[in-house]
Amino acid sequence: MTTRTWRPPSPWPRPWIGAVVWGAGVAFLAWNVLSLEVDPARVVRGLDRLGTVAARAWPPDVERAGMLVSGVLESIEIATLSTLFGVLLGIPVAVLAARNVVPLPVYAGGRVAVTLGRTLHELILAIVFVKAVGFGPLAGVLTLTVGAVASFAKLLAEQIETIDRRPIEAIRATGASRGAVLVYAVLPQVLPRIVGLSIYQWDVHLRHSTIIGIVGAGGIGATLYNAFARYDYDLALTILLVIVGIVLAGEAVSAVARRAVQ
Amino acid sequence: MSARAWRRHSPAQAAARWAGQLALALIAAAMLAHVGVRWDYLADAPAQVGDLLDRMLPPQWDFAPWLVQPLIQTINIATLGTAAAFVLSLPLAFFAALNTSPARALYALARLVIVVSRSVDTLIWALIFIIVVGPGSLAGALAVAVRSVGFLAKLFAEGIEEIDRGPVEAVSATGASRLQTLLYGIVPQVKPVILGVSIYRWDINIRESTVLGLVGAGGIGFTLNEAILGLEWARVGLILVVVLGIVLLSEAVSALARARIT
Amino acid sequence: MLEVAALEKTYPTGDHALRGVSFTIEGRDAVFVIGPSGAGKSTLLRCVNRLVEPDRGTVRLDGVDVTALDAPALRRARRRMGMIFQEFNLVERLTVMENVLSGRLGYVGLWQAWRRRFPGEDVEAAYRTLARVGLAGFENKRADELSGGQRQRVGIARALVQRPQILLVDEPTSSLDPRTSETVMALITGLAAEDGIPALVNIHDVPLARAFAKRIVGLHAGRIVFDGPPAALDDAALVKIYGRAGGAPLS
Repeated sequence: MTTRTWRPPSPWPRPWIGAVVWGAGVAFLAWNVLSLEVDPARVVRGLDRLGTVAARAWPPDVERAGMLVSGVLESIEIATLSTLFGVLLGIPVAVLAARNVVPLPVYAGGRVAVTLGRTLHELILAIVFVKAVGFGPLAGVLTLTVGAVASFAKLLAEQIETIDRRPIEAIRATGASRGAVLVYAVLPQVLPRIVGLSIYQWDVHLRHSTIIGIVGAGGIGATLYNAFARYDYDLALTILLVIVGIVLAGEAVSAVARRAVQ
Repeated sequence: MSARAWRRHSPAQAAARWAGQLALALIAAAMLAHVGVRWDYLADAPAQVGDLLDRMLPPQWDFAPWLVQPLIQTINIATLGTAAAFVLSLPLAFFAALNTSPARALYALARLVIVVSRSVDTLIWALIFIIVVGPGSLAGALAVAVRSVGFLAKLFAEGIEEIDRGPVEAVSATGASRLQTLLYGIVPQVKPVILGVSIYRWDINIRESTVLGLVGAGGIGFTLNEAILGLEWARVGLILVVVLGIVLLSEAVSALARARIT
Repeated sequence: MLEVAALEKTYPTGDHALRGVSFTIEGRDAVFVIGPSGAGKSTLLRCVNRLVEPDRGTVRLDGVDVTALDAPALRRARRRMGMIFQEFNLVERLTVMENVLSGRLGYVGLWQAWRRRFPGEDVEAAYRTLARVGLAGFENKRADELSGGQRQRVGIARALVQRPQILLVDEPTSSLDPRTSETVMALITGLAAEDGIPALVNIHDVPLARAFAKRIVGLHAGRIVFDGPPAALDDAALVKIYGRAGGAPLS
């Protein structure tokens, strides 16, 4: 009697598709590796220098830490203000971008606006705003606010689209206006999620606010970039540690805040 | 007989809500004042942005061929960085998940690595790697990789911790070794999460890689920086349009792939 | 062939699950363990293959002291004990065949396991076992496409394909409706008898135990309070086990 064999069924609709996909993937990866410009000599020199750099970076410069206070404060302020404005402006935009609340053309417009705001990296937006309003934290706040409106609105729109329809039906059935339906049926479901999303947004902004200074939009990023440019490695390390500290503290605060809200 | 009144919040609650909102408004006002907003600059902003847009559009289409190479570099950086991070984050996630980590100390160490990786923005990692390996796409790819390791490992670890323990118990009850139990009990359960999250991060990394060139870490950011410094606004417009296109494309690819996985 | 001696287990929560349990299983009979929740049934079963580590006492399988084995030897011992679970515990995203073949993992290397290249006779045995449990043709279905009763049959097949010396069965019908429960229970006891192996079965459904058991062990608060044939399970015995006449549960 011959023994039967068994192979796992192919995860692809046709077996050869699997081979093609794998082949294409490997080829793509190989192409990427080969296209990477690596200067081996520079890398070797760099690794050599790593020792020197590390020695110069450690111990971190705590004496000049006082310099950093204003930069850190500015970063926190930029993050907080842009979260606030982003949320306030983002709520109406989110409503405009939710399929189940507004008619189709309005929805399309809302979605386009949201996508534009999210797709451009905050650094690019920062450059644009620095050109528009000059160097300084104002540009930073505008940049992150635009980013926040777009990101917050997208997430909130998704939340709005997945709410329970039944209260909406019920309130509509009483003959209430569109506005009343929004206030009574949509908002109460969505409000707790708004708080959670705001906290998350603030967290993200804290990280972003530390780098937009590189292009002049305020915050500690500028100090960091200058430290690197001057080979001032121990100050740079201090700033890095401070940034890690800020982000960690921010995550702790937001974890506490989120739990307080539940 | 007087009609009974109903209030949604008791007087005490209402007072607390007012106090909270007032506090928030005061904090915001204080920050605004401290951050030093030049209101005349702000008022001028829309005009300035309009002027900028005027100069950026129409984009300088004939400059497009010069963008091909930088664009390829951008994709290289994002793809290689994500791939390297994927490989490294698998064992890291294994150590960072409570149910698979072999020792308390290793768990803490893995969590620390994840936190450091996530707190420092890709751009800052790029600055650090430029010091070590010199400017260029290698520094960019390394920066993307290091930043992504923490992101991936954290989400992978969460996926590992959320698995159903029953099948794992059953497989080890047959006499399977630890690695076999991992392969048959844990891996099939976390596969969708791992693949989905990795594709998502690749998509985010495309966006991040577009700006790394601003600090010299390769990709189309370098071309953008040059155009800005040279005040070639029509070229800037073209680059922004192209960047928009490629980010949207990668988001579409990513969404498609992730939909097929579950 | 299975000797359990003075088994004790207290959980960190302070729960004294087992307070000195001893019994022996010879031959090929189906021994059913009944008792209220918290009596220690699940702990007892898991101490036999050391999914739970007992604090004191020994478990001997065919003369080998399972409780004293190191990790590699324990795995070899587990190969000889087939376990069937209350919640089926299948790997949902894998196919039926892969779930059944996972019973042979103790016998193949890591590479074979990863590539799903099991020896020919294992695959043939899997096919035959699937036919025995009534799931012929189901090999390529994903486990999460099956009904509860079908999933439990896969669980049974996985245990049987180990060619075990004993079946450890943990409340196999608690997640099934009454009709399917009877079918599954008949299948377990029938197949075990066919293969000539004993089964140690946890169950909370007393009528089901009466119908299928050759021997019933009653557990109460971590101690054995009854050990005999179903005929001897009278009201007095039920009061000792469950603390009330007429026997809980209310079914």
